[in-house]
Amino acid sequence: MNRYNCVVCIKQVPDTKKVTGDAMKADGTINRAALPAIFNPEDRNALEAALKVKETYGGTVTVITMGLPAAKAILREALMCGADRAVLVTDRKAAGSDTLATSYILSQAVKKFSPDLVFCGRQAIDGDTAQTGPQIGEKLDCAVVTYLEKLELDGDTAIATRDIGTGVETCRAKLPALFTVTERFGDLRPYEMRRVMKFKNAEPETLSCDDIGCEAGRCGFAGSPTSVNKIESVVLAGGEFQEVPATDEGIGALVAGLIKDHTIG
Amino acid sequence: MKNTQGEVWVFAEQEEGKLSDVPFELLGKARELAAKLGVKVGAVLMGSGVEALAKPLFEAGADVVHLVDDPALKVYRNKAYRHAMVELVKEVNPQIVVFGATHMGRDLGPSVASALRCGLTADCTDLQIGGYEDKKTGEKFENVLHQIRPAFGGNIIATIVNARNWPQMATVREGVMKPLPREEGRRGEVVRHSSRLEGVEIPVEVVEIVRKTSSVNLKGSRIIVCGGAGVGSKENFRLLHDLAAVLGGAVGGSRAAVDLGYCEHERQIGQTGVTVRPALMISCGVSGAVQHLAGMQDSAKIIAINTDKDAPIFKVAHYGIVGDLNVVIPKLIKAIKNKG
Repeated sequence: MNRYNCVVCIKQVPDTKKVTGDAMKADGTINRAALPAIFNPEDRNALEAALKVKETYGGTVTVITMGLPAAKAILREALMCGADRAVLVTDRKAAGSDTLATSYILSQAVKKFSPDLVFCGRQAIDGDTAQTGPQIGEKLDCAVVTYLEKLELDGDTAIATRDIGTGVETCRAKLPALFTVTERFGDLRPYEMRRVMKFKNAEPETLSCDDIGCEAGRCGFAGSPTSVNKIESVVLAGGEFQEVPATDEGIGALVAGLIKDHTIG
Repeated sequence: MKNTQGEVWVFAEQEEGKLSDVPFELLGKARELAAKLGVKVGAVLMGSGVEALAKPLFEAGADVVHLVDDPALKVYRNKAYRHAMVELVKEVNPQIVVFGATHMGRDLGPSVASALRCGLTADCTDLQIGGYEDKKTGEKFENVLHQIRPAFGGNIIATIVNARNWPQMATVREGVMKPLPREEGRRGEVVRHSSRLEGVEIPVEVVEIVRKTSSVNLKGSRIIVCGGAGVGSKENFRLLHDLAAVLGGAVGGSRAAVDLGYCEHERQIGQTGVTVRPALMISCGVSGAVQHLAGMQDSAKIIAINTDKDAPIFKVAHYGIVGDLNVVIPKLIKAIKNKG
């Protein structure tokens, strides 16, 4: 029973948690080659949300990524975890896309599959913008539910629990709907062994911007209103540093100083 | 369309008829930007029965409050707020629109920018007015909004501009801008607008909201004791609570500490958590990942306790204690109780 047609947008990102000295070039820009490329963490949660829908209610899961051919690696991972179909949108015209152009291209790709539910990770760890998901939703003109933590389906209605910062909201959204999923949804299930063998060399379908009917002026640099004016690497600015010995006397003197200058007490 | 005489707008986020902190912070910055541009500051106030909130917005720096009052806007819903905001921007044509980088702002901002096909920079930590030269075309621009934000896990600071597709839009992190002192009796003009929601289908219905009754108030604390992965266990984290208790401070954690389950998510300090600037930060077993430092390095005084003398946290600390926190913290508690 293919009840719910789910699409998940995923991204391959440099692992910014592993940034070391080598990861920054002398001019302060990122040496992307020095960082491992990974499946964006919250996109894994988004895939889990879709796989749970498939498991609970029946349906299919299609994963889409936009990127260089190297991004096939995360599509294969998604297939090994249970996705049914994997699509790579790759095109030189997409180079230099900011979130507006990226969301346009991805929305065009998503439309091709006419899904009932679209899932995105809340944000990607290379930019932390959390913009692409809601912007895809706006372009699809469907219900947009961000910060998803829990999901149930009842016919053509989604009953969603979302984090609104100041509390937790439960809402009913009419399908089709787009969800951005946080880490609190739950971890992505492990690979299925039989699928590992089956998909380890799988070649995902590839689409170009033309294949999905993108207007050239809305893709890549041409379709990106924002530009980077300046990049600075972060210089840690310490004040005057004083080492305090880890002894009763040393710590006593430190505390006495803090009381004297009214920081504490 | 570029309107160089357009207002500088702040989205005045409110829930249940109560303004959040962030519009007050943003109005302080908006005044500075508007003064440079010689234009007015507008606050956009949306909701149902919220007109009374215009007064505090004027007192915090708004010249004009654009009020969109409609029962359909009682509770925040993406489509309803997006639609009303897009129509309002089209009608009034501001040159800058800023939102707090709250859950609501990070939901609404991108949706509005997408509909207007303009740029948006997320999670800015500073905004300035300056020039920009497009290196490809050689075109020069004056008085554009410099949108400054950490990127790449906080390892770089990028200045983003949006020179052509106005309005220039940004979300700004909570807690980084300072509100102006309240100017009692300061008045402005309330301009009422229609939500233009008639006939618009809103595909989401809010069933229930359970508000957090958070006892954690990191932003408002003068003293914060913050733990990292080096604390080693949830049990050891008790020590940090003990230290905070004798100081009358709050307890925070790095992302690593939260991920390891040592403390609650709401205590997270750093780029993906809360930005804090306490009078005193006591950092315990925090190595000092850049994304964490971004959220705490403006603390007036930083004491770092770590067993690794090469930990990056010592680069931002004013006082460093190389040692085991299980030994050092009890000594600190004792010294504080004995007043040195």
